This record gives sequence, C-alpha cells and structure tokens, in this order.
Amino acid sequence: MDTLNKQTANIVVWALLLAMPFWIKLLGGYTELCTQVLVFALAAMALNFLLGFTGVLSFGHAAYFGLGAYGVAMTIKYLEPSTPLALLVGVLVGTAAAAVIGWLIVNLRGVYFAMVTIAFGQVFYFITFRWNNVTGGDDGLTGWARVPINLGFTTLDILHNPTMFYYFVLVVFAIAVGIMAFLLRSPFGRTLLAIRENERRARFLGIPVERHIWLSFVISCLFVSLAGGLYALLNNFVDPRALRWDMSGNFVIIAVLGGMRSFWGPLIGAAIFVVLQDYVSSMTENWMSFLGLFFVLIVLFFPRGVLGIIRRKVTS
Amino acid sequence: MTQVLLFNVFNGLIVGAFYALMALGLSLILNLSGVINFAHGGFLAIGGYLAYTLMPYVGFWGGLLLAPILTAAIGLVVERFLIRSLYGRDPLYSLLLTFGLAYIIEDGTRYIWGAQSLPYQIPAMLSSPLSTNYFFLTGYRLFMVALVAVAVGLLFFILKYTRLGVRIRAGTLDLETVSVLGVNVRILRNLNFGLGIFLAGLAGVLAAGMLGLQPTVGSSLIMPSFVAIIVGGLGSLPGTLLGGLLIGVASGITTVFFPSATEAVMYIMMGVVLLVRPRGLLGEEGRF
Amino acid sequence: MSLLRAENVTKKFGNLVAVDNVSMTVEPGELRAVIGPNGAGKTTFFNTISGFLTQTSGKIIFDNEDISGLLPARRVWRGITRTFQITEVFPELSVRENLRIAVEVASGYKLRIWQSADNESEVKARVVDLLEMGGLSDKADRLVGEMSHGDQRATEIMMALALKPRLLLLDEPTAGMGDQETYDTTQLIRRLHRDQKLTIVLIEHDMRVVFHLADRIMVLAEGKMLAEGTPKEIADNEAVQAAYLGKAAA
Repeated sequence: MDTLNKQTANIVVWALLLAMPFWIKLLGGYTELCTQVLVFALAAMALNFLLGFTGVLSFGHAAYFGLGAYGVAMTIKYLEPSTPLALLVGVLVGTAAAAVIGWLIVNLRGVYFAMVTIAFGQVFYFITFRWNNVTGGDDGLTGWARVPINLGFTTLDILHNPTMFYYFVLVVFAIAVGIMAFLLRSPFGRTLLAIRENERRARFLGIPVERHIWLSFVISCLFVSLAGGLYALLNNFVDPRALRWDMSGNFVIIAVLGGMRSFWGPLIGAAIFVVLQDYVSSMTENWMSFLGLFFVLIVLFFPRGVLGIIRRKVTS
Repeated sequence: MTQVLLFNVFNGLIVGAFYALMALGLSLILNLSGVINFAHGGFLAIGGYLAYTLMPYVGFWGGLLLAPILTAAIGLVVERFLIRSLYGRDPLYSLLLTFGLAYIIEDGTRYIWGAQSLPYQIPAMLSSPLSTNYFFLTGYRLFMVALVAVAVGLLFFILKYTRLGVRIRAGTLDLETVSVLGVNVRILRNLNFGLGIFLAGLAGVLAAGMLGLQPTVGSSLIMPSFVAIIVGGLGSLPGTLLGGLLIGVASGITTVFFPSATEAVMYIMMGVVLLVRPRGLLGEEGRF
Repeated sequence: MSLLRAENVTKKFGNLVAVDNVSMTVEPGELRAVIGPNGAGKTTFFNTISGFLTQTSGKIIFDNEDISGLLPARRVWRGITRTFQITEVFPELSVRENLRIAVEVASGYKLRIWQSADNESEVKARVVDLLEMGGLSDKADRLVGEMSHGDQRATEIMMALALKPRLLLLDEPTAGMGDQETYDTTQLIRRLHRDQKLTIVLIEHDMRVVFHLADRIMVLAEGKMLAEGTPKEIADNEAVQAAYLGKAAA
C-alpha cells in the first residue's frame, strides 16, 4: 500500500511539472519562474542526497553550484558555443572540485564539517571575485547566452523560446532525479541511510563509512553543479553571488522547508521559496529581513517541513 | 624593503589580533554549545553602530565601554528566546537560525542607519603616528592591539580563575557531568553566549575606528574567524588565538610578495592544516 | 587451535590503566563470559578486541592472524561482530530494513547500485530467516526505535549475526532488562550458540545469565584478570567471591 501511495505521488508530481508553464500563468506567474523552480529543486534535491539521506550537513554547496555555472558560462563564451558541451564542462569542474575537497574533509563531522564546507565555499567565491579578467569579477560574466541545440533533424531554440527551454530543463531534471532515485533505492543507497541513522553501527557492520560519505558528497555535488549550469543558462549570466554562503543557505532552507526526509520534499520547498522570493522582492526592498525571518520561523516552528507535517498527519 | 616588510607584518599582527578577538567569541560559543553563530558578524556590526549612536552622548571612551555591554545584552536575549530551544537538536537548525539572524541584522542595520558608510571618529590623540621613522605605528593601531591583548588576557583570566570560567571550561569538556554536579547549564550557556557576543561587540567598535561603518562589515569579517578556528584547532581557545594571529601575519607577509594572493593565503593555510593535521594546530583529538 | 587469543593486552588512558596485562584464549564454539565489578575494564577490553580502541600494548590474534592494528570495519570482515551496551541500531528504519542492510553488506553489496532479481530474493530469504531466529517475524515492519528494549536488542543481535561472524561479542546484552526480557534474550543467545555453533564472548552483570550460558568464565577486577575457569571453579573461587559475588551466590 505504501508503494501505491508513492506511485500516485510520483504521477501527480510529474503531471504537475509537465503542465507547469500553463497553470503557473493562471496564478500570475511566468515561464522563467517555472524553470527557476526546477533549477532550485534540483540543487536542493542534490543537497538533500547528502543531507537528508546520508545525514551529512554541508553548508557550502553553492561553491559547486557556482562552479557548474561558471563552467557553462566560460565554455560558451571562450571555448565553444555548445550548450551540451557547456553543461558537461560545468559538471566536470564542479565534480572534480568536490572530489578533492571531499577527500580533504571526510574525516570531520557535525558542526566542524559544516564550518569547513562554508569556508571552502568562500574560497571559490573569492576566486571568481578576484580572477576578474576571466570571470568578470563582481560584475559577472556577460556577453554570452544559451545556444540553441542542433539535433540534426531540428533545432531546439532554447534561447528565444522560454517554454522550449523549460522543457529542456525538465528533461535534464528528470534524468538527474531519476538517477538519484535509482541510487537511493539500491544497496548503496541503503548504506547511506545506515550512516545517517547510526554511524557507529554502520561502521560496525563493516561499512567503510568515510568512503561512502565521500561518494555521497561527490554525487551530491555532481548534481548540484548540473543545477548551477542550468542556472547560468537560465539567466544568460553568472556572477560570484551564485557561489556565496547565502546561496548555500537557500539550498538548505529549501530542503528543510519541503521536508528533508522525503525525496520530493525539496521540490516542494523550491516551489514555495522561488515563488515567495519573487513576490516579496517585488513588494519591498527589505526582502533580506523577510528571508531571515523566514529562516528563523521555519527552524522554530516548521523543522520537519511541509512533507514532514503531512506525513505526521497521515500516520496519526 | 625591511620597512615595507615590517609595516606589513605589524599590520598583519593588528589584523590578526582583531581576527582573533572575533574568532575567540565565536569559538567560545561553538565549544560550549555546539552552535555555529553565523550571526556573529551581525553582532560585530551592532557593536560598531551602537558605539556610533552613543558617541554624541558618552564620547569615544564611553562608547567603547557601553556598546559591547549593550550588544552582549542583546545576545543574552537572543540566546534565551531563540537559540535555547535548539540545543538538543541537529546542529543544522542552529546554523540555519543564526543564518537567518545574520540576514535580519544586516538588513536591520541598513534600515536603521542607512546603507552608506558612516565615519567613526576616534580621538585625535590616538590617530597621530608615534614616530616619524615608523609612521605606521599610529596610536590607534597600537591602542587596538593593546586593547585586544587586554581583552584576551581578561578572557583567559576569567576562564581560569573565576567560577563562571571554570564552569565554562568544564562544560566544554563534559556538559552532562557539569549539569549533574548541580550547575545550571541553561544559565551557563546563556552567559557564555553573552561573553562571546561581548567580544564580538568590542571587535565591532574597534573595527569601526579602523574601517568605518557599513551594514556589510559583519559578513565580510566572519570568514577569517572561521578559518582562524579551523587552523588554530577545534575546541581550543589558545588555538583560536594563535590561528587568528597566524592568519593575520601570513596575509601581512603575503601582501609584500604576492599582493593579489593576500586573501587567498588564509584559505591555503586552512587547506594545508586540514591535509596535515585535521584537528588544527592546537586542537584536541576526538573533538569531531 | 584457538579462535581468539588476546595476549597481554594493556590499555591506558593517560595515567589510568583500564586494562592491565589481560590475556584470554577462546576456543571455537565456546561461550565465554567476562564478568567483574563496575569499572573492571570489561568493556574497554572488548573495545580493544573489536577495534573500537587500540590497545596500548599487547596483541590480538584472531584465527592465527595478528589483527592488533586493524580498523573496526576490517575486523568485521574478518568475522568479528559485536553488540553494544547501549543498543546501536537504525532507529527510524523498520526491523526488516535494519536486517536487510546488514545482510546486503555481508553479501558484499555495499557498493552495488543495482541488484539482480536473484540477489534480491536471496537477501529477502535470509532476512526472513533472521527474523524467525530472533523471534521478530511478527514485528518485522515496525520501526526499531519504537520497540521494546528486548526487541531492539534482539534486532541488534540478529544484525550482528547477519554478518556471518565467527566470533560474536555481546556487551551486556541484558542490560536494563526486566526478568522476562532477560529470559528471552538468554534463550536467544543459547539457541544461537547451540544451533549456529557460534563462538560467543559476552560481558554480563546478571549472574543467572552467566551461569546459565557460559562454558568458561573470566573475572576481571580493576583492570586485571582475577580468575578464569569453569562456572563451578569460579563459583568456588574465594577471591572472586570476595571481590565480587558475595556469599549469596555460592
């Protein structure tokens, strides 16, 4: 019966996502907003692979998000105007960085691990800021745009057609999310759950905990850098703010808001967050205070997130 | 060449002392309560801005004394009503909360005092150089170092010889035992937090004199504190002090030879420490 | 040939000598109990065998191999599994899921991202076996964190068993249990010892459990070995009585 519920949930989610550009307009939204939801959902779900399912808190995921974004931007601008290639480069750069940093920090835990991830996040922020002849520094990298995809028999004009771009992102999202789900349902995924639930017991079952944490970290960052690449494509622009600690914080709050323990939680969190942020920033200049208040309220009153609350109601 | 080097090393020492002051407050809170106070920079800013507001009434010295105390008071309230409820839980939540607080404080200071930089007047007697040969030895800089030294000395004195200090140290090692011994852990955490915030407020007043006041001053200074703690060693206050000074001096030296790498060097140091000695230079084993 | 040989194991924490030159030899198929007053160093001794702690001096030899320096995970692979004084399980997962993870890891699937239908049914069958052995079949889908202490312990023991160990270390398996649960757990251990022919070393405070199960007993006091022998020998041993048992048990 539980599987039936999961299947229904999946169908509902995909149906909503497929039709989003249409029903969002009824709510007063616009297509780019939908794409933004997908991008942030992917980033938060990628983070949640590590946070909600492996139990490891990284507060510096924006670094890899940003590396993915800059990888895309710089590839299109300097190397080759090809969207698929750009995405590939972005993912490679972000993943490689994660592999190295993950290896450095995998023996730390808890608050200290989180602190170090924040610090490393800032390293990359600082690099993009300083290396301004290449990255455009604080002004960001402009003068490039997403390139229509030539499939041979037709060209997908993702540049001028926002709806087309949305569906392109949806396809990428679907593949990424599918892979993550597959991994989580595998024996490997279950060892990650074990680590989350009780690291000592996992170790004393013979699970090589550090290695698995490293793997989870790298996988998580791989998909986050993919999200970053899509983010750059969405905006035709990237600047150091994509790498800053506030972006990292956004990913975490989105995952918590939607519900860390469930697979689709971060998607719901992203939808709420993106729409709210869009609305609030158009209403007031003090959106930062609202954002901060938002964080505080969720932590104090809503820590299990939307899906956590729904799950409670269902079981009781 | 030696002049330039000396200037920069001295400068680095000052900056390092400053980082250490801020990092010590952060470290105090982290060690006892396991909370990463991301809003620490915000409290630093509050300290500076309060001093600025009070100055017409109590002058520079009054501001220097009162602002940290007031900031600490705010800290006590924040701890009591916001952070206290989060202690038993995953460190994720306190980090998110202080994160949100940092946003609120930054926007709040911008709202109250405006977004432009505000100048902060330091007394004339402090701003003149003490000698023509070593022009960089301005009174204010020396004063800052002296004040930080006094504050740090006081801190270690408190920790070593007062009842509160001993309890804080014991609590850092084993909070459960301390509570079983009859110490009110809630009040202990509260006061410890206040102490940490006092240091942040003090750092804020000092920063104001050197850098002027801006709403973003806090967020730009919090990263070196993090790095100081990581480099100096987790769980160790002397380590944090050492870490702060080392970072400062290192960036001072780097400015002479590789000016563009000045900010990078602290991160490089962090990377090296994590590689060679993950618990930090003076860190205790098993802290993580 | 003995299965486990701890030779002159000493463990110091700074100046505190928790385990002082303790040696123990365990034969295959034996059920050995380690008893002693609180603070005698029993758990610390266990910890050096399972790899949780590294001994200050001395050697641990398992199946003729010196495992003194090996990390815990590696000792698990060699066949040493343990349970802890405070039950260590996966609280927010069901019993079935707990066991499934243990079985999968034991089958070498920990890095597998894909499982064939055959493998899956193998795993499922083994989990069902373990559930039955532990008396947990009717509670298989309940969250472990919500179960009684005795059931949690049974789950933990079954998880240790899932790894097909050659040596099972049980650290105070009946700690904190009432009479009925103690009885059930004792019966479980006895069944495992007899049916699976497992070599078991257990730390216990409850003398009924010890005298009911043990083939041989080792007594530790203040880090040192006080006596070693059959239950009868230990019960008759005056030094042991004096240090620990009191006159009532003899």
